[in-house]
Amino acid sequence: MTTATKQLDELISREYQHGFYTQLETDTIPRGLSEDTVRLISTKKNEPEFMLEWRLKAYWHWLTMTEPKWANVHYPPIDYQNTFYYSAPKSEKEGPRSLSEIDPELLRTYEKLGIPLKEQQKLAGVAVDAVFDSVSVATTFKTKLAELGIIFCPFSEAVQKHPDLVQQYLGTVVPYTDNFFASLNSAVFSDGSFCYIPPSVRCPMELSTYFRINAKNTGQFERTLIIADENAYVSYLEGCTAPMRDENQLHAAVVELIALKGARIKYATVQNWYPGDKNGKGGIYNFVTKRGECRGDNSHISWTQVETGSAITWKYPSVILRGDNSVGEFYSVALTNHYQQADTGTKMIHIGRNTKSTVLSKGISAGHGQNSYRGLIKVLPSAENARNYTQCDSLLLGDQCGAHTFPYIEVKNHSAKVEHEASTSRIGEDQLFYCTQRGIAPEDAVSMIVNGFCKAVFQELPMEFAVEAQKLLGVSLEGSTG
Amino acid sequence: MLTIKNLHVSIDDNGNGKEILRGINLNVKAGEVHAIMGPNASGKSTLAQVLAGREGYQVTAGSVRYLGQDLLAMTPEQRACEGIFLAFQYPVEIPGVSNALFLKTALNAMRKQHGLPELDAMDFLSLVRERMKRVGMDEALLSRAVNEGFSGGEKKRNEILQLTVLEPRLAILDETDSGLDIDALKLVADGVNDMRSPERSIVLVTHYQRLLDYIVPDVVHVLSQGCIVKSGDANLARELERHGYSRVETENTAKQVA
Ligand SMILES: Nc1ncnc2c1ncn2[C@@H]1O[C@H](COP(=O)(O)OP(=O)(O)OP(=O)(O)O)[C@@H](O)[C@H]1O
Ligand SMILES: [Mg+2]
Repeated sequence: MTTATKQLDELISREYQHGFYTQLETDTIPRGLSEDTVRLISTKKNEPEFMLEWRLKAYWHWLTMTEPKWANVHYPPIDYQNTFYYSAPKSEKEGPRSLSEIDPELLRTYEKLGIPLKEQQKLAGVAVDAVFDSVSVATTFKTKLAELGIIFCPFSEAVQKHPDLVQQYLGTVVPYTDNFFASLNSAVFSDGSFCYIPPSVRCPMELSTYFRINAKNTGQFERTLIIADENAYVSYLEGCTAPMRDENQLHAAVVELIALKGARIKYATVQNWYPGDKNGKGGIYNFVTKRGECRGDNSHISWTQVETGSAITWKYPSVILRGDNSVGEFYSVALTNHYQQADTGTKMIHIGRNTKSTVLSKGISAGHGQNSYRGLIKVLPSAENARNYTQCDSLLLGDQCGAHTFPYIEVKNHSAKVEHEASTSRIGEDQLFYCTQRGIAPEDAVSMIVNGFCKAVFQELPMEFAVEAQKLLGVSLEGSTG
Repeated sequence: MLTIKNLHVSIDDNGNGKEILRGINLNVKAGEVHAIMGPNASGKSTLAQVLAGREGYQVTAGSVRYLGQDLLAMTPEQRACEGIFLAFQYPVEIPGVSNALFLKTALNAMRKQHGLPELDAMDFLSLVRERMKRVGMDEALLSRAVNEGFSGGEKKRNEILQLTVLEPRLAILDETDSGLDIDALKLVADGVNDMRSPERSIVLVTHYQRLLDYIVPDVVHVLSQGCIVKSGDANLARELERHGYSRVETENTAKQVA
């Protein structure tokens, strides 16, 4: 092994920094999944009838489905009867209240994570909804947003206070029949975030949700629903962490975005779930369905994701381009180190005329990491003049990792233009030596080169988060040069 | 400043050791400018890279002392921080990393090593702008990615810019003159001449007398097949320009046989 390789190795093998566990009294329902579980969750949340019905339909449908096997990821079978489907910190039983009433232990947890919940400590201009295990514990800045008619609250609260909106939009982008994990989520989801921006309102701050899995053997099934009404604008951020555990934990979330005429939604994720240790033990299974629909003309949805965590990532944030002239974008950085596996990409479904989509995917593999890009560009007969540009770049660090690209293109309209470019490169000894010869330490050099590789995606993130993402990448790479 | 004794270097060529440097002896004193000339594939770049600490070469015999230290025991970044600078024959592209960020990171890494405060963005910019003017480089190249899409000449100038910003003790320039137009050659030569000082040594690897018209060396060496076969003053370069390497090489073989 060359010294550069050794340094890269040390860099890659740095430890996960959010791996602590918070001791809290919890209200947990027994392991396993049955119709009773679904009913119990719905009762605990005091849900209206339509929600319970929807959950049950999802559950019955789920029973008819089998787990998908087509992704380029490998893991032992998941025992769905050995998982807890609901766990809530006990002190939060009555649902979220004002910050002063929140268990100080919880607040400390979020402080440790660097997520400020106390209004005075918050990043200027970011409203945070924090989801701890299954329940949403705090939504900050609520009043300020309410003045503009913006609704930003835990999903369970939206079900109580805005049932019409929930009923009107829930499942209209990701139906409960969509796929195995989405159906499971629809049956048992416990909380998440809900957001509605009224017509012509530009949301004045970044909205943010922070997810954390704390309890052992708990699946986290959160559900996010964002609606931007006509000509509205919202930028939304999602961050995730989990404690270090030897067992794998399941995270099967669903995110639905709806952009009406002229609306714009920017959705950014920084996903740093526990990736497992350096021998591939433990870690989160992140099986997530994220989809947006540009429902109205001239609407615009962009997904930006920085995926550095999880043992296995399976997610394809997609856009249905239904409105004429609508625009869909997907910007992704996915990093796999040690034994992490990622199968991620996007689907762009062109239905409306003059619809445009851009896909920019940057995959980084280190250690034994396996990184697959899987993307579908579908142009339906109605999509006159559709345009897509896809660029997929892979960067390999070391020689035991892998990068794979699976592009699928289906074009049913002759006026469409679809372009795909792909590249794979290795961090060269050349580049590394060029940096070290200029006095830059190898780990700084690797981090600089990798950040350069991801620059086009980071530019899509809000400023503070771009800085966070860069740091995260540095940390996730610790132990990796070749 | 730099003393190379009987340096033998091999590379692993598909499992077979291939000897590229075969007993180099070289002594560069502070303030001197040495030129190394020699036919293609004679080992000039190899020597330069080994001095800068590139991996993949095996030093099978010999020693290198630099400012009283065992140079071969140091990592590339230590050597850089101790003042060794290599202007690459083929500068590398680093996509997405701005030229300014790269150079600032390098400069501050070295300043930190020497216990100096890091330069902030403003101070750095005023320094680098002044140096860019000196080497006749377009400021637009600062915000572009390191060497990405640079023309051949722009890449070479970028190396000289780094040289003038980092102000090393020992600068090794590997064919920095190749691919430069006449005006650029003059600017680069001026840049290097400005850097000449009693505390600084310069090793120029070049194929052309023309550069040595501008930067007059104290010593000229001819490297052939991994050995320095002849050393002399600036006149040696002119002689080479007239007769080519073959005469020096035959002289040397004759000497070895005798
Ligand atoms: N990594 C390597 N693998 C195989 N051969 C190598 C390697 N590095 C150098 N060599 C060989 O060593 C010899 C010397 O190369 P070097 O680049 O030092 O020559 P040079 O004198 O700089 O030539 P030029 O004037 O063309 O730049 C060449 O035959 C070259 O092919
Ligand atoms: Mg050379």
